Amino acid sequence: MSAAMPVGETLVSARGLTRRFPAPKTRLIEPRAFTTALEDADIDVREGSAVGVIGESGSGKSTLVRLLLGLDTPTAGTVEFQGRRVEASAPARSLHWLRRETGIVFQDPYASLDPRMSVGRIVAEPLWALGIGGDRRARVREVLGDVGLDAEMADRFPHEFSGGQRQRIALARAIAHRPRLLVGDEPLSALDVTVRAQILELLGALRRRDGLTLLLVSHDIGVVQSLCDEVVVMKDGHIVEEGPTEKVLLEPQVAYTRRLLASIPVIEPGAS
Amino acid sequence: MSLVVQDLTVDIAGRRVVDGVSFEVPDGARVGLIGESGSGKSLTALAVLGLLPDGAEASGSVRWNGRELIGLADRELATLRGDEIGIVFQEPRTALNPIRTVGRQIAESIRIHEGVSKKDAAARAIAEAARVALPDPERIVARYPHQLSGGQRQRVAIAMALACRPRLLIADEPTTALDVTIQAEILELMLSLVKNDGMSLVFITHDLAVLSQIATHGVVLEDGRVVEDAPVSQLLTTPSSPVTAGLLRDATATLWRPGGAE
Repeated sequence: MSAAMPVGETLVSARGLTRRFPAPKTRLIEPRAFTTALEDADIDVREGSAVGVIGESGSGKSTLVRLLLGLDTPTAGTVEFQGRRVEASAPARSLHWLRRETGIVFQDPYASLDPRMSVGRIVAEPLWALGIGGDRRARVREVLGDVGLDAEMADRFPHEFSGGQRQRIALARAIAHRPRLLVGDEPLSALDVTVRAQILELLGALRRRDGLTLLLVSHDIGVVQSLCDEVVVMKDGHIVEEGPTEKVLLEPQVAYTRRLLASIPVIEPGAS
Repeated sequence: MSLVVQDLTVDIAGRRVVDGVSFEVPDGARVGLIGESGSGKSLTALAVLGLLPDGAEASGSVRWNGRELIGLADRELATLRGDEIGIVFQEPRTALNPIRTVGRQIAESIRIHEGVSKKDAAARAIAEAARVALPDPERIVARYPHQLSGGQRQRVAIAMALACRPRLLIADEPTTALDVTIQAEILELMLSLVKNDGMSLVFITHDLAVLSQIATHGVVLEDGRVVEDAPVSQLLTTPSSPVTAGLLRDATATLWRPGGAE
């Protein structure tokens, strides 16, 4: 399904990206210890491509995307978006240029939508926050349609929606300001399989239509296989393997990738 | 040693959440309950165990070895659980007591049901830890749940469930919270323990791939009703219910294909 898209120049580029967190203290007096969530990672995401980041919990996938989006400050290393340096430690307002170019969908649609806000306000919020003018209400109606929801739903509240519909709302919010890069951090993991298949198809369709660049963090390799044309495999804060999806998943070069892939259960009638 | 569920219904606050569910688990069978969230698969299992939340009411019949469990006194059900029927839940972090060592927790489940001395129970706990392949069992029994990984915690939960050699193990999404490499290990462990002891298994999952790896028989639920009940190989090749066919189609759409995309 990973349809060939015209792939352009580098959109996001990171070099030597490292993030350490202070480890919790176990004694009153002890030398400061650190855990390294990400170490010396290089990554390039080209415009129009769909890149999947796979790995198990604690491998550093989420840390990597947080750093790429300027949501966290690296301990070392640099991030550039279209050649412009991302300074996450600078005041929030100075990253507005990056926010306009990026959107993110998180895993849990029950936690990521403010229950007190109507769907219309939720979806319009990035437009307000980023100072994007024009007919905002029209844009909200349009983008709700893009994700397969009715424009009338703008007046309703998140609790009135199912998990799959909420994830569509979260997706509408992420693309309302027409970003070029859409990041999903396990956007399908909390959903039932029927809903998961629908959202997967929707992501693919939006990508084809708008030429969105996609960066998808997932522990679900099937999703990455369906949607992404490049894969990055992470383990213990390191990128251990990367390349075209078919190559990495079908001819993995690294022992860890092989072990990871061999662990995934497949539907095998008569296996048990 | 068979479990026969007949026309089981569960009502919560006037809403029927399990609606006339019937299925059988013959001695030594491995039965998977499958469905999406809200299909009633977990509540069915909780009703069998007499562990429904307050305000939920079960009716119908659940017979274990010919003995009716619906309406049985809590005391008797509590004896049955652990003794003859073991349980493993999805999230080992909440199933284990955070302030007791894992050895003590395994030993407790032995003491409650077998009335052995503390010392003997502690020794047995080490043996049980070894049986679920926990590394360095003598030392790991002295540790607390937070000092273990998720996979190790689930092994502890399995050790507790199986310590008294139950004849039936009920597992509710026991690998859903785990990474895939750990999931593969835990499934392998459960399957070997169940097969070695000739235990029966009721395995609740939303994942058809996991189902195909562990169960011989599948019961598909939707909206609290059984829509299909058939051998797993039949469910996965020639499903008779549109619900099963839909689950299979959608699972295949998002599933990892080792042979590559068609």
